[in-house]
Amino acid sequence: MRAKVTVMLKTGVLDPQGKAIAAALGALGFEGVQGARQGKIIELDLAETDAATAREQVEEMCRQLLANTVIESYAIEME
Amino acid sequence: MRAAVIVFPGSNCDRDMRVALRNATGRDPRMVWHRETELPDVDLIALPGGFSYGDYLRCGAMASHSPILREVKRAAERGVNVLGVCNGFQVLTEAGLLPGVLMRNRDLRFVCRDVWLLVENAETPFTEGYEAGEVIRIPIAHHDGNYHADELTLRRLEDRGRIVFRYCSEMGTADRADNPNGSCLNIAGIVNERGNVLGLMPHPERLADPLLGGADGTPMFAGLARVLGAS
Repeated sequence: MRAKVTVMLKTGVLDPQGKAIAAALGALGFEGVQGARQGKIIELDLAETDAATAREQVEEMCRQLLANTVIESYAIEME
Repeated sequence: MRAAVIVFPGSNCDRDMRVALRNATGRDPRMVWHRETELPDVDLIALPGGFSYGDYLRCGAMASHSPILREVKRAAERGVNVLGVCNGFQVLTEAGLLPGVLMRNRDLRFVCRDVWLLVENAETPFTEGYEAGEVIRIPIAHHDGNYHADELTLRRLEDRGRIVFRYCSEMGTADRADNPNGSCLNIAGIVNERGNVLGLMPHPERLADPLLGGADGTPMFAGLARVLGAS
């Protein structure tokens, strides 16, 4: 199975990189960009074939390593 | 005092730390590779600055899961003193030995210069060599030193005197203008509840010899050697 994990800063946590991106887009003439947030995507190839079990495994991976839950939230998509 | 310096792939202040500890104690610290699964019997463990594992994923995230960190955590729980400088501080937060997280600097720039620090708590083994309220000059060199924690954690740190170092002016006032990276409450260094784990972004080992242009870092190592010296 494949899993796609999206890690983003939690709402309310200042994202200076997102702010810089929004400002740069404005400077390039793209009007109306009211906000930008930057995160990361991690794609995993898994040996597990059962979707529910695989999702549980990925949840645990997120908690232990892939996201720092002090400031980051994560979303998992199974493919 | 017997000390160990943990060396990760990408550490680059491990040898400076070794020299500072050797000068303070007269003993060469043990250099311990990250793959080791046992720690020597020591009174102080130092996690040095650098870019462990190339800062992949998040600063300190990979190092916090390396084999030796399991032993460092056990030692910290037994009360062994642990000092994390710069990347070492990031590793300590990722490992859960200190609360909060070190985020990208407010201005998105790598900041490399001397800063003034206010010693807020001189009661820890790490700051025994300083006076409370003393202002010292120590270099910083980091891209991710913007300390962040939730309101409750910040209040707890403040109330219990766990903010050990704060960025300040030469006069000792800690305003936003004196904050090089945007960190909450101008926090430069914090200690755990028990008082045996200190993390700080500035590099005391880089100004611990007059030949380097200053020695304001020396009292940290001399103080540790005094407090932990008997064994």
